[in-house]
Amino acid sequence: MKAKFKRPRTLRDTPTHYCSGCGHGIVHRLIAEIVDELEIREKTIGIAPVGCAVLAYDYWDFDCSEAAHGRALAVATGIKRCRPDCIVFSYQGDGDLSAIGTAETIHTANRGENLTCIFVNNGVYGMTGGQMAPTTLIGQKTVTTPLGRDPQRGEGYPLYILEMLSVLKGVVYAERVCVSTPSDVLATKKAIKEAFINQLENKGFSIVEVLSPCPTIWRMKPPQAVRWIKEEMVKVFPLGRVK
Amino acid sequence: MRRGKKPQGRHKILITGNDAIGKAAILAGCYFYAGYPITPQNELTAYMAKNMLKEKRIFIQAESELSAINMVFGASASGFRAMTSSSSPGISLKQEGISYLAGCQLPAVIVNVMRGGPGLGNIGPSQSDYFQATKGGGHGDYRLIVLAPSSVQESFDLTFLAFDLADKYRNPVMILSDAFLGQMAEPIMLGAKRLCYVKKRWVLGKKERKPNIIRSLLLKEGALEEHNLLLQKKYREIAKKEVRYQTINTKEAEIIFVAYGISFRIAKEAAHLLPMKVGLFRPITLWPFPYEVLQRVSNKKKVFVFELSAGQMLDDVYLSVKDKEKVFFYGRTGGEVFNEKELVNFVLSKR
Repeated sequence: MKAKFKRPRTLRDTPTHYCSGCGHGIVHRLIAEIVDELEIREKTIGIAPVGCAVLAYDYWDFDCSEAAHGRALAVATGIKRCRPDCIVFSYQGDGDLSAIGTAETIHTANRGENLTCIFVNNGVYGMTGGQMAPTTLIGQKTVTTPLGRDPQRGEGYPLYILEMLSVLKGVVYAERVCVSTPSDVLATKKAIKEAFINQLENKGFSIVEVLSPCPTIWRMKPPQAVRWIKEEMVKVFPLGRVK
Repeated sequence: MRRGKKPQGRHKILITGNDAIGKAAILAGCYFYAGYPITPQNELTAYMAKNMLKEKRIFIQAESELSAINMVFGASASGFRAMTSSSSPGISLKQEGISYLAGCQLPAVIVNVMRGGPGLGNIGPSQSDYFQATKGGGHGDYRLIVLAPSSVQESFDLTFLAFDLADKYRNPVMILSDAFLGQMAEPIMLGAKRLCYVKKRWVLGKKERKPNIIRSLLLKEGALEEHNLLLQKKYREIAKKEVRYQTINTKEAEIIFVAYGISFRIAKEAAHLLPMKVGLFRPITLWPFPYEVLQRVSNKKKVFVFELSAGQMLDDVYLSVKDKEKVFFYGRTGGEVFNEKELVNFVLSKR
C-alpha cells in the first residue's frame, strides 16, 4: 500500500507539548511542509518566540535560535544581514509580536528586511495562563480582564498589526488567515508559502497572521474554539490579503 | 568567518578614544555593528556607519538599544564578530540582551562609554556603572569579561583583545570607557595585532549536519543546573587565566593608589606631587578582578582608592585587602571629575 500522508521530512518525531485543539501544531507542520517543498531545509533558520511556541525548535529539523521576549525580528535581522543566503523567519505570538515587540515589528518591517514573519494570533497570553493581549476582543474575559475587555475602563481596543504595517513601504505582503477548517488550513499554507517565496525572491518583508484556537485559555472545547474564530474573531480581524 | 585586516605597518595617528575603538573593531574583523544614538558615544556610532559601509560590512542604526543588542545576538549566532556600543542609560536597556548572550554562550563586544547617573543623569564622565558591569547587570548567574582602558592607545589595543576573548570563551566582553576617555584625543601607535580566530562549530546556517539550536531555555529537570555548572567552570577558567593589571613602583612604595580608567591617569599625576613614595595599582580586567595581586602588593600599606563614583570598585578592593581600616576612598559623582590637587589634599589629610 502506498503512503498518501506522512510526516514531512522537516518535522521531527517529537511528542507535542501543546494542548489539545491548539493551532500551533498545524502551523508548525505547514512550515515543515513548505520548507520541504521549497527544498530549503539546509538553509532555513527559524527564530522561536517567548510564549507557547518557545519550544518550536524541538519540532523543526533545521537550525533555530531563541530570542528574548519580543526581540525575534531583531535577532532575525542580525542573522539575515550576515547570512543573506539563508532563509530566515520568525514565529511569534500576539504578546511577543504585538505587545512587547511592537517596536521591533514596526521597524523591521519599515526597514524592509527580507524576512518572513509568522504571527500566530489567539488573542491571549497562553503560556502565562491567559492574560489580555493587545489582540483580545472587546468583551473577552481573560485573567487580567475578569469583567471582559472594556475600552471604557482603559483596557484599549484590539490592535491591528497587519493594517498598521500595510501602510509601510518596506512591507511587500501581509495576509490574515485561520486554521479552522481544512480549506482554511490550505489557504494558510498558500499564504505562508508565498511569504517564504517572497524572501527567496528578495522582495522584502512578508507577514502572515494566523488566527489560531486556544481552547484551554478560552475555556472552550476544541470544536467550539474553532467555530468561535469563524463566528467572532473574524468579525474583528477579517480574513484575507491586507497588502 | 571574515578575517580582520592587518594594520599597515606601524605609524602614529591622533584620534579620540571613541574613534580608536571603532578603528580597532574594524581591524579586528568586526563584521556587524548595531547602535542607537546616545551621548557621549555618538562618535563611535558615526565612525562605524562611515567605515563599516566602506568595508562592505553591516551597520544598522537600530530603533532602540534593545533592538541593537538583539541584532548583535543574531549576528553572533551566525558566527560573525559583532559589536554594539552605548552609554550608561542605554547599557541598562541592553542588560536583558547581555544576559541572553551569556546564557546562550554567544561572543559579542559591548562598549559602555560611561556617563553620570542614576536615571538620565548627565553626559559628564563617570565610573558609576562598575557594579552593573562586573557584578551582573542582567538576570541570572553570569559573568562579563570587563576591560577598562585608561588611555586612547589602550582603548585601541583592548578592543582587539575584547574580540579575541569573546570568541575564545564564547562570552560577551564589555569595554568600560567613559565620557572623558571617549572624547579626548591622544596620539596612538597603530601596530599589527595578533588576532586569534577560533572555529565556531555551533553557528547557525551551516550545511550537512544536525541542526544547531541557540538556546538558554532548559526545562528538563537538572538541565539548567548542568548548564550553569558548565558556565561557572568557564568563569573559573577565565578568572584563572585572564587577569590583567598594571603596577608602578609598588615594591618600594609607602602607600598604594588603586584606580582604573581615567581616574588612574589623575591618580598618577597626584602621585608625582606627593612627598612620599606612592605605588600605583591599576586593574585592567575589572572582571576578573586581580584580587590576589592587589592583596600581595598592598601588604601592610595604606591603600587609597579613587573612582568617579560613590565607591564601587572599593568593594573589590575590600575583598582583596581585607583590612578595611587601612583603605581610604575618595570619589566624585554626577559627572564631576576630581583633579590631582584634590587627591593630594585627601591623601595628606589621612596621614
